[in-house]
Amino acid sequence: MNSFIALFSDYTFQVVALGSALLGMISGVLGSFAVLRKQSLLGDGVSHAALPGVVMAFVLLGSKNTEVLLLGALVSGLMATLFILSIVKHTRIKFDSALALVMSVFFGLGLVLLTYVQKMPNSNQAGLNRFIFGQASTLLQRDLMLMLITGAVLLTLVLLFWKEFKLFTFDSDFAQSLGFSPVTLNLLLSAMIVLSIIIGLQTVGVILMSAMLITPAVAARQWTNKLWVMVTLSAFFGAISGVAGTAASSLIPRLPTGPAIVVCVSVIVIISVLFAPGRGVLHRMYQRRKNKMEYNLKGGAPDVTAN
Amino acid sequence: MDKELDFAVEVEDLTVAYDAKPVLWDVDLLIPRGKILAIVGPNGAGKTTLIKAMLGLLKPVSGSVRFADGDIHSRSVKNSIGYVPQSGSVDWDFPSTVLDVVLMGCYGKLGWIRRPRKEDMELAKQTLTKVSMLDYANRQISQLSGGQQQRVFLARALAQEADIYFMDEPFKGVDAKTELAIVALLRELRAQGKTVVVVHHDLQTVAEYFDWVTLINLRVVASGPVEEVFNEENLQKAYKSKHALLKSVV
Repeated sequence: MNSFIALFSDYTFQVVALGSALLGMISGVLGSFAVLRKQSLLGDGVSHAALPGVVMAFVLLGSKNTEVLLLGALVSGLMATLFILSIVKHTRIKFDSALALVMSVFFGLGLVLLTYVQKMPNSNQAGLNRFIFGQASTLLQRDLMLMLITGAVLLTLVLLFWKEFKLFTFDSDFAQSLGFSPVTLNLLLSAMIVLSIIIGLQTVGVILMSAMLITPAVAARQWTNKLWVMVTLSAFFGAISGVAGTAASSLIPRLPTGPAIVVCVSVIVIISVLFAPGRGVLHRMYQRRKNKMEYNLKGGAPDVTAN
Repeated sequence: MDKELDFAVEVEDLTVAYDAKPVLWDVDLLIPRGKILAIVGPNGAGKTTLIKAMLGLLKPVSGSVRFADGDIHSRSVKNSIGYVPQSGSVDWDFPSTVLDVVLMGCYGKLGWIRRPRKEDMELAKQTLTKVSMLDYANRQISQLSGGQQQRVFLARALAQEADIYFMDEPFKGVDAKTELAIVALLRELRAQGKTVVVVHHDLQTVAEYFDWVTLINLRVVASGPVEEVFNEENLQKAYKSKHALLKSVV
């Protein structure tokens, strides 16, 4: 108990936990839209594709500032998205193949560049590989500010365009017939999803980041049939996993924070898939069993003429 | 053709292609105001494409679509149009209630950012009453049957309070009772002076439900009042069939 109190009053822990919670919240909100638009995998592609951008930004600009590196990540993430979309548009290659193609090419390139840079004689490049699995303990207060500002902008946009995003996600043709340009909305929402991925790279890393985007949303969908509840719940699941993962990695020696956060959110999704009322696996099994027993008792199909 | 008629939509030389393959060729079409019009043709004839091109959802290779008040891309024209897409075109497992979906019909008049108000809520409930779905207002949409989904989409279009409605197979998957209810609704719209364009599949009911009919198969085969153009000869042209397509009814 005492170690808990000591932990929560520790400054580094506070910064890292707050950062992870913010990240979980933001990716939870935008991940909901990614999941509902069936673009879960695009997030995975974007985050893997961010790696060469990080290294290139370091090589070209010679800076190790998080902002600079994340800018590189943003550029290569967007480039990858563009490649994927134009491959789908101009060839007969399907979306999933295009995604796998671009993602592995970019990630491979990133690894090659990273290895090359690490062999360079100056020691300045140390720590770049933190972007592969993330290293939450390197979060500084100024990184926190960056997340806070980006998060505030993203959440404001979601609130402002709530009605439009909902309409567009459900029925984009109808949205267009009403005069809401799906091109504009797609661009805006995709850019927002990419941005939410990028700000998580330092904490969780390019490999696990898509889990932060998708998992809280999938878990939240299990518990509700209302969009705003789903988004709120998803934000909550993300935030709570961020704090819990950070605490776990502080209390257990040599447990990395990013993967610990992902494990926490995975536990939530497993519980949700199994136990949620209505959509949960157990509830559905119970329902099927109950129906079967009722029919057996009545001896035949239920009375359909009643209504 | 009657020169006195007033036309709600004028389609001229419309050609639409997916990739390089044209799916609609050189379509000229006049849609009379205040009538219920059926677009009829075999599978793959371009019926949905025609509707989508008229609504501006597809960009034509050439040709133009003119509404009485101007171009489809102007806000005032968009607000005077109601659209019922095929119910299979969306994922009904979206987390939303029936009332939520119907409210989307009000979004066009609200424009960007503004939220639905109390009046919109009332309107949505009224249109749900018209399709006998008010009891389902708070129901999750994934729990609806095919016929109920159709009625929800109809209610959403009614909430648009449009002058001209485009409906893509509104009778698909509905039972006989719902079909009659929808027909009654179409007639009510006509009585209010509105124009209704419907993609339709059942040849046997065309004469009973519709005033005008457009037969298409990549091109327009015939278009006009049902009693003038809906005959065996035109149908066989549209369906490229040598067999009789109509029962003795017509």
